[in-house]
Amino acid sequence: MTTIAAPLPRGRPRGIDLSRPVMLGLAAVLCVLIVLPVSQLAWHAVVDRDGAPTLENFRRLWSDPAFVEPMLTTLTLATSVSVACCVVAAPIGWLVARTDLPFTGVVRALVMASFVTPPFLGAVAWEILAAPNSGLLNQWYRSLTGAGTDEYLVNVYSMGGLIFVIACYTFPYVFVLVSNALDRIPSDLEDASAILGGRTWRTAARITIPLALPALLAGGLVAFLQAMILFGSPAILALPAGFHTMTTKIWSLFQYPPKPGLAAAAALPLLLITIVLLRGQQWLMGRRGYTVVGGRSGRPRPTALGLLRWPALGLCLAVLACSVFLPYGALVKTAFSRVPSQPVSFDNLTLQHVRFVLFEFSGTRLALQNTFLLGVLSATLGTGLALVVAYLSGRRAVPGHRTLAFLATAPVSIPGIVLGVGLFLSYTRPPFVLYGTLWILLIAYITIELPAAYQQLQSALKAVHPELEEASRILGATRLQALGHVTAPLLRSGVIAAWCFVFIGTMRELSAAIMLFTADTKVISVVIFDLNESGDLGAISVLGIAMLLITFAVVLLVNRIPGLGGWRPARPGG
Amino acid sequence: MHGTKFTRRSFLLASSALGISVLAAPLAALPAAAPVTPQLIEAAKKEGKIVWYTSVDLPLAQKVAQAFEAKYPGVSVRVERTGAERVFQRIGQEYSAKIHAVDAVNSSDAAHLLVWKREGILAPYVTEDMAKNYPPEHVDPDGMFASFRATLSPIAYNTKLVDAGEAPKSFKDLLDPKWSGKLVKSHPGYSGSTLTATFQTARDLGWSYFEALSKQKVMQVQSATEPPKKLSLGERAVAVDGVEYVFLQLIEKGNPIAIVYPSEGTPLVVGPSAIFKNAPNPNAARLFHSFLFSRECQQLIVDAGGLRSFHKEVKDKEGRTPLAKIKLMKEDAEAVEKQVEEIKSKYTRLFKV
Repeated sequence: MTTIAAPLPRGRPRGIDLSRPVMLGLAAVLCVLIVLPVSQLAWHAVVDRDGAPTLENFRRLWSDPAFVEPMLTTLTLATSVSVACCVVAAPIGWLVARTDLPFTGVVRALVMASFVTPPFLGAVAWEILAAPNSGLLNQWYRSLTGAGTDEYLVNVYSMGGLIFVIACYTFPYVFVLVSNALDRIPSDLEDASAILGGRTWRTAARITIPLALPALLAGGLVAFLQAMILFGSPAILALPAGFHTMTTKIWSLFQYPPKPGLAAAAALPLLLITIVLLRGQQWLMGRRGYTVVGGRSGRPRPTALGLLRWPALGLCLAVLACSVFLPYGALVKTAFSRVPSQPVSFDNLTLQHVRFVLFEFSGTRLALQNTFLLGVLSATLGTGLALVVAYLSGRRAVPGHRTLAFLATAPVSIPGIVLGVGLFLSYTRPPFVLYGTLWILLIAYITIELPAAYQQLQSALKAVHPELEEASRILGATRLQALGHVTAPLLRSGVIAAWCFVFIGTMRELSAAIMLFTADTKVISVVIFDLNESGDLGAISVLGIAMLLITFAVVLLVNRIPGLGGWRPARPGG
Repeated sequence: MHGTKFTRRSFLLASSALGISVLAAPLAALPAAAPVTPQLIEAAKKEGKIVWYTSVDLPLAQKVAQAFEAKYPGVSVRVERTGAERVFQRIGQEYSAKIHAVDAVNSSDAAHLLVWKREGILAPYVTEDMAKNYPPEHVDPDGMFASFRATLSPIAYNTKLVDAGEAPKSFKDLLDPKWSGKLVKSHPGYSGSTLTATFQTARDLGWSYFEALSKQKVMQVQSATEPPKKLSLGERAVAVDGVEYVFLQLIEKGNPIAIVYPSEGTPLVVGPSAIFKNAPNPNAARLFHSFLFSRECQQLIVDAGGLRSFHKEVKDKEGRTPLAKIKLMKEDAEAVEKQVEEIKSKYTRLFKV
């Protein structure tokens, strides 16, 4: 950016501004990323096999119970997960961000651990824990109560089980958004309320909660959409129970003989739901100003919990037991057990799974390499793209910024598996022959993770008042310079968080990868899914633990690099 | 429009499946058997690797790969293991995008080989063992494929959860209400073995059997290698299907499982292997193919894997019921090929997934 600045004559308010062409170029990239596969899908939804226009796909969709039932299931699932996540994550987010809760660092780290855990791995772990007969929890229940062999406490192969397991790995989305928002609310307003005689709870109800509400609603929305488009967990837990969600149904349509047209049609209701929800959120939020970080602000003041500190910590740990302690315990146990359902004993102890995964299984090394490479690349490119789009739409810098914002959030409504097919259809013919290479996976990951990164950066950007940029622009900086020198540093923690979002998202991604991989471009999530379909729990556990260690290592490293800052947002002005 | 090509291709595959049977009387004799020459080994080493798509249970597939690597150092095997129906879909998807990643394939759905042969994507290759030690009906007359392995799809139960006297003796026994909620079953949309078994069972017992079975609250898993694993966990008491070789492996490792060969007959699943015309590592593929059909490898998959072999010199492992003493259902790959779509859609309608 300094090279752009160099030729500028001093004292002139505007030089040759390359910002606009650069931004328009990126906008074009975005269009190709999203519009191309979606238009391919739309085309396939309305033509038959010979290319003649037809509405047959939609007629089947609305009349065949095999499609209507999964749709209702999916809506119930997504709503329940969203509500559950908000109920759990909002209190924890508040406790961590605004109170004197002990060990907040530990709680944050553990929430991050559940976020890093791929949902399909969590689902496998909960199979080990809560399968009705062999599940460890049910075995303990039977041995404690003396119940009969057919009785069980919990059954993970059920709608309730599915909601629970998905919520365990979706609530961190809500937590991160809520706690970041609470972190950003300065104490000025709360102080004002206190000065005017408001007590702690009244201040919370009138000031803190309303200011955190946009983040909570955004979190609830993300949770809803995540649950709606999740593929791995339903494939692992719903299919054995004999029911489909929309994603598993769509996936089944790509089994031989593939029916991409029907699948594309089946994806459109999901797209519509998302558009309506995003519009609703905009309408709800758009009428109020939430800019709280300006050129000045005060440090937040923690609320004293008093005697409630320890019960509050207990509540956090109970939630985290479900998403971290129990599942990880189950995975570790399974990794070293001959028969996972039998108790830990010397006879049952084995290193055979470790040996198999690390030394015998020929797919391990390549999958690790591919996954790591794709994770780093997607995170870097995806965050960059999301930052520019968030800036353009947040500051209304180019005509059509609304469309850009829509495009950046649109992929959230496209189930990964459907996007996978859209990409497959788009990139298997000249001039873009990318199928069979890592590029097509990179495109898939960036597209899929863009909404999360965009949401993150957009909500961070909302809290940075444009006055600082305006000051820099008045002093002669171009938009890109203002973004680079003023806004981005203020957003530093948001950028790092977005990078981590995308990196972790890439490690967790399964549904697009499963459509796009070939022998040479396999990633770990696909390998784990393959292993689950043949019931190799020991190998999954070893591979899953290895994958988690890598993810943790990378995320910690990124957060520790000097100059990049930490996971907690730095407070401008503080 | 490339997108249409994807669809049309699958359509062609499906519609040609209804066409004329491919195994018309062979016009020419079997191609001459190719020995493993030092030149072949050298050329294979130069290529350095071979990519094997297979549906055989992963640990066993890795054992085969390791045995090959030990015998021919310098040639590494990459195993791509998934259900046979997935293998078929993946190869179709890759080939329609002109990606030739696969060298050798082994499927538990023999009908796949008929399709690939007709599409002309296989390479003829007859190894010495095929010519000398295999019954002619297990080697394709044009030398395009041969029966690498066979197994059965029996019933089995967990002996800790079910007494021998109580155990089911036949497929029809599984319809007893006492088994409701206690059964586990694999999926014909994933597993070639299960597709083959579903075809044979539906042909011999009628779809009414599956209709009644679908009301038994069956736990539906994907791979035919998984019901054995679910039994050993104790997650379900009885497996409706699942491959005999994994049951045998688990029994011989001391798991509380017993096999029942049902009185109606047990489905027989033959799993042929082939190599591809456009294999990226053609010499390594030939060498690997030769190894697969060697006595050494066949004895390995029988002893360590619990599979059945058609190799004349391979001996059954002691303690296992010989094939000759089991009442078998008749295998019929050509009929399977014609009905594959119907089987999958009927099954999905009954079992909901």
